[in-house]
Amino acid sequence: MNIRFVLNGKPATLEIEPRETLAEVLRGRCRMTGVKISCEAQVCGSCTVLVDNLPVSACTFLAYEVRGKRVTTIEGLADETGRLHPLQQAFLDHFAFQCGFCTPGMILAAKTLLDEKPEATDAEIVAHMNGNLCRCTGYLPILKAIRQAATELGRKK
Amino acid sequence: MKEWSEFAVVNHSVPRGDGIAKVTGSAIYTSDMVVEHMAWAKVLRSPFARARILSVDISAAKNQPGVVDVLTGEMLNGLHPYYGHGVKDHPLIAIGQVRFVGEPVAAVIAEDELTAQEAVGKIAVEYEELTPILDVDTALAQGTPRIHETDFADGAFRGFDDFPGASGNICQAVHVEWGNVDAAFAAAAHIAEGEFYFPMVYAYAMEPYVAIANYEAKGHLTVYSSAQHPFMVRHDLAQVFDLPLNSVRVIVPYIGGGYGSKSYTKIEPLVAACSWKSGRPVKLQLSVEEAFLTTRGDDARVRIRTAVDANGHLVARQATIYLNTGAYAENSPMVCRKAANRIVGPYRIPNVKIDCLAVYTNTVPASSYRGLGGAQVTFPAESQIDELAEMAGCDSVEFRLKNLAQCRESIHPGLRPMDADVPGDVREAARMLGMDRPLAPGHGRAVCCSASDAGAHPVTLAMVQVYSDGSVSVLSGSTEIGQGSHTILTQIAAEEMGAPLEKVRLVGSDTAVTLFERSTGASRTTTLMGRAVLEACREAIAQCKVMAADVLKVSTDQLVEVRGGVRCGDTRMTWPQILEKYFQMEGCSIIGRAYLRKAGDLTMVPVFWEIGVVGAEIALDEETGSITLDSLVTIGDVGLAIHPAMTEGQDLGAATMGLGAGLFEELIYDGQQLMNGTMLEYRVPRFSDIAGNIEMKLMQNRDGVGPYGAKGGGEGAVNPVSPCIANALRQATGVRIRRLPLTPERVWKALQEKKARPV
Repeated sequence: MNIRFVLNGKPATLEIEPRETLAEVLRGRCRMTGVKISCEAQVCGSCTVLVDNLPVSACTFLAYEVRGKRVTTIEGLADETGRLHPLQQAFLDHFAFQCGFCTPGMILAAKTLLDEKPEATDAEIVAHMNGNLCRCTGYLPILKAIRQAATELGRKK
Repeated sequence: MKEWSEFAVVNHSVPRGDGIAKVTGSAIYTSDMVVEHMAWAKVLRSPFARARILSVDISAAKNQPGVVDVLTGEMLNGLHPYYGHGVKDHPLIAIGQVRFVGEPVAAVIAEDELTAQEAVGKIAVEYEELTPILDVDTALAQGTPRIHETDFADGAFRGFDDFPGASGNICQAVHVEWGNVDAAFAAAAHIAEGEFYFPMVYAYAMEPYVAIANYEAKGHLTVYSSAQHPFMVRHDLAQVFDLPLNSVRVIVPYIGGGYGSKSYTKIEPLVAACSWKSGRPVKLQLSVEEAFLTTRGDDARVRIRTAVDANGHLVARQATIYLNTGAYAENSPMVCRKAANRIVGPYRIPNVKIDCLAVYTNTVPASSYRGLGGAQVTFPAESQIDELAEMAGCDSVEFRLKNLAQCRESIHPGLRPMDADVPGDVREAARMLGMDRPLAPGHGRAVCCSASDAGAHPVTLAMVQVYSDGSVSVLSGSTEIGQGSHTILTQIAAEEMGAPLEKVRLVGSDTAVTLFERSTGASRTTTLMGRAVLEACREAIAQCKVMAADVLKVSTDQLVEVRGGVRCGDTRMTWPQILEKYFQMEGCSIIGRAYLRKAGDLTMVPVFWEIGVVGAEIALDEETGSITLDSLVTIGDVGLAIHPAMTEGQDLGAATMGLGAGLFEELIYDGQQLMNGTMLEYRVPRFSDIAGNIEMKLMQNRDGVGPYGAKGGGEGAVNPVSPCIANALRQATGVRIRRLPLTPERVWKALQEKKARPV
């Protein structure tokens, strides 16, 4: 089947199999390999992408469901000039990753919280991020990074 | 040695070299790679823990459109299909029999992954089931058949330093003894004795095992893999395919986590055999569920007793450690050796007798798990230290301080004396945690410590390339597994060459390009590869000085080295200027190199003692038995932190992994089946599990053999966390639990039992 959607701000038209997951299509056909696959069961959050600005687990989300929608992957987060999103910069500043495999999903999940609520408290950040696993950092650096980005985005609002 | 004030790049938390790539999604891991004409493999796995393979019918699979080829254990003629760096007991695919549920029995190679998966379902295997041997006691019982019917040839590292070998269902036996424990126990004032159990755990590297292999007909094999130790993988592949070392090229892109689970050879021989058989480059990407069936940590049953004299001095420790090693040796012989050494801890104990057995069972093969046996034995060892302190009527911190070895004191006869200030570390952790503050009801607090003989065998070779435009490349066979090695190695080169950090590049682990590095593990990279890079820079500088003397027509002793170059009277020349003048051409480069081996100050093992010191305050919900972490403090005794922020990150990451084994994590077998081998059922620490108060501190006494006095970190902090929690629980409730994880159910039951007990 043929689907049209907007990928990282650009229109995309693809021929897909109805059974294909969004992660397969994004990684395989679109070469958006920042979408990482780990648990394949909606537990770890590493495949998180945004569909109309809401976080979904691309590993178990059928690609045809993005027809007519806007899909954002980590590759689409920096602005047109290549300037990093405040979350990306904050993850760098706080060394909020080690192996980096969970990072794209972490950043995108955090973005959906801060888009809605830049003044999020620590408790709200923890509750929102509890579906994203990281095996390297022990989470505190990630919490600090999200806090920093929240402060910065809150200031802009 | 350089003064603290002289460091321009080292000891600063500079931006990570891999940072931009990892936050923008452009970092390429093996799982992201495709190569031209690549086919995909999928694996059929055994449903039985122990069975003979009577027949494998592949005809329906082979006839399916899109299938390129099928590989089974009967098709390996011409290969040496058994591999293993300690014991060559592991067939790259089951040959004639299977030894655990999940063992690969056949592989389908197809044009795409889905076709391969479909065809796997069409393979018919006839088995003759045998009684599985699922636990250590059964495996060791008289009359139990052998899991491996033959003795296998030793791998490259057996007999080399740490692999004395064993037979029967005992994969490895290690004995450590000094003094006279019997006499010491007979004369002791207090003896604590008990049996402890550390569970079967899964490292959960988020990127599951993956490899791409291309076996070319002319006998060149190229493999991309998420392997921690590419040179060990190369060694095994060269033996399996009988190829010279220069014809096996192993390349390691970014690795999505390892924690020991990606050390040594995993799926690479199978993927390479698929390519050899099919004539195509082949990619095999395991799922996490398959990764659960590939490697786990050894679970450990530990019988241990420890004694003190009337003055509260430790006088003896005796332990027998049974490791459940699973179906194949993998790195368990080394885990066995390390568990035996590490159970002693950083203490001065005059009489010690330890026996450690790694035992084959028909379960998933166990191998390295962060800290190599350290977590398994520190739980019993440090639980028992608290028990003894209680018996001796002594505060647990004071008791430790009284018995901890001082710096330069020997704790293991024949091994390197202690190269850390452990009493200082413990005192600081106790201060940070506020051990003397009053406790809220349901709260408990503890500080625990460990000493691990770290660094593995010191053979580490490195090169730096110094270019005439002032840029520098570091060629390192250490893998970037997230620990930040690619960053700290460039820091060291920038420091030594006086080059701006942004002009230093890391060329990483490609066995055709980078020199031999034994492994990336045992917390060795900063200490050994860091030092090799430093020495390689010094060698490049020595060459540059000779060139400068030639250019300036002076002798080298007339030159004074300054940062980034030399001075001779009023003339200053930078390294790039020297190269350009010397070669009279732009674009040249020279190579500085360093070959570290077990010699000089690296003769004595271990390379360094890795110290783990952690303090924790827990809060218990008595109604549910649920434990949460109120406070966590870590001490990183690292000599010198090349990159302080990343070093603290290692401590917190390791402590969090320790928290997982302490509170949640356990692989559960029901009969021959692993029951919770998915991330839906295997619970690892989440955001909401982190402590409300976390404080980390680095102790930088420059007491290591690494660059500028550095030592490694990253594995130490995993060890003391679970005994900290158990000891804090004892303090909070009077309940002592000797089995992990401390799940709400286990804790609640123990509390009920205590209540039911007549006082």
